[in-house]
Amino acid sequence: MLRIEDVVSCYGRIEVLHGVSLEVGAGEIVSLVGSNGAGKTTLMRVISGILPLTRGRILFDDQPIDRLPAHVRVARGIAQVPEARQVFGPLSVDDNLRLGAFRRHAADTSRALDRIYNLFPALAERRAQSAGNLSGGQQQMLAMGRALMSDPRLLLLDEPSMGLAPVLVDQILDTVANLRKDGVTILLVEQNVNAALAIADRAYVLETGRIVLTGSSTALADDPRIREAYLGL
Amino acid sequence: MAEFLQFAFSGLTVGAIYALVALGFTLIYNASGVINFAQGEFVMLGGMVTVFTHAAGVPLPLAALIALVVAIIVGLALYRLAIEPARGASPVTLIIITIGASILLRGGASLTFDKSFHSLPPFAGSKPLMIGGAALLPQSLIVLAGAGAIVIALWYFLTRTLSGKAILATAANRLAARLVGINTNAVVGLSFGVSAAIGALGGILMTPITLTSYDSGTLLALKGFAAAMLGSMGNPLGAVVGGLTVGLLEAFSAGYISSSYKDAVAFLVILGVLFLMPQGLFGRGGMERV
Repeated sequence: MLRIEDVVSCYGRIEVLHGVSLEVGAGEIVSLVGSNGAGKTTLMRVISGILPLTRGRILFDDQPIDRLPAHVRVARGIAQVPEARQVFGPLSVDDNLRLGAFRRHAADTSRALDRIYNLFPALAERRAQSAGNLSGGQQQMLAMGRALMSDPRLLLLDEPSMGLAPVLVDQILDTVANLRKDGVTILLVEQNVNAALAIADRAYVLETGRIVLTGSSTALADDPRIREAYLGL
Repeated sequence: MAEFLQFAFSGLTVGAIYALVALGFTLIYNASGVINFAQGEFVMLGGMVTVFTHAAGVPLPLAALIALVVAIIVGLALYRLAIEPARGASPVTLIIITIGASILLRGGASLTFDKSFHSLPPFAGSKPLMIGGAALLPQSLIVLAGAGAIVIALWYFLTRTLSGKAILATAANRLAARLVGINTNAVVGLSFGVSAAIGALGGILMTPITLTSYDSGTLLALKGFAAAMLGSMGNPLGAVVGGLTVGLLEAFSAGYISSSYKDAVAFLVILGVLFLMPQGLFGRGGMERV
């Protein structure tokens, strides 16, 4: 579904990704793990079209998308839950979600809205509140709900567990695992490697802008390098 | 008392115009971070184009509509030709670009039209209403009502329509706006168009009272800027309150002190805001979103 071929990207004048290739098949949950500064967020932004790539190709449904502007990629079915949630703080919960459906027909919006409120009842209770006043966990739900409002086929999740209490992390990751049943394909960036490997089918390890290791989640969880570097075992 | 009321009427009338200019600043600032010093030229274009098309025999309402359309086209062209190509430039560069655009528009207006002062016939007669011993021109009421209607329409657009919410979303978080599929370049273009329309409407409404000329936009931009600063740059409600405040301060100082100091008031407001409360009246303290 998504194929990234030898992508090079720079942040300012510094090259951050030095030729990254990865693939996500339809219906898969794929994790991308790695330490701070490895380039995970940069790669997510390149896929969404926020940052340009200087070399390489990105294919979505076998079509090259790397020259398309970000809003067209959303319309094609790629949504992202960005790092640090990035909700529209002054706007209400309801408006945040409605804006998530910006590229859809108005007729589909209210049905999608009901679905999100069913998925996250905590948001339904606060629909008129401004998003900036929500707790971190609720903002994370809102950011996920907003991305789902576009009815994506591929959901990019950038550190959904960051800064959340462990019980909320479980809840968020359960939701992610359940999304697969609705036919959403997922590329998940996580620093919580344990949790990431637990819900993913496969994973890639990104280190200083290069993929250094890839395999099924179970194989990686047993890999001595992973156990030492990321799981602290 | 009659004197006080008289000053208040004239202060509110010019204040309403300053508020519209300040709203124009606010809208563009929110969508793009640019402080558009060509905002006053939209007001000038609204007045001047109406005057000259009306003088050419076009009925007043149609002349006003033409002026509105011209200003919107100029606003969109300003964005497309001068702001968008400089995307990624520093705010200071962008501000200097808008100052350049303002000089260009002024020069263009002095060549296309002329360098004299012009007026329009009042829209609803010139027989003043006497209220508490003070005279209130019907045109002042039209300015206030018109400005009020524009503020309400803008509020409705921003809070009740998806395109308006897209402007607010872009202002709140540009990255997230792009990620939900908002074409943020188009949103910034839209904000230039809407700001131009608001400015031009202000210019059309005020011309029967204050006269207009090719260079009337400069001072208006400064006063509107003072108003926007006073009301905290980026806050639409603050822009309205700031505009009315600057207008009233100006009218009272002209009335009770001397009219030669009238134009200094806006600068005193700018200095006062900078020295005493850089966040403005409606600022959120020193809070910085992380």
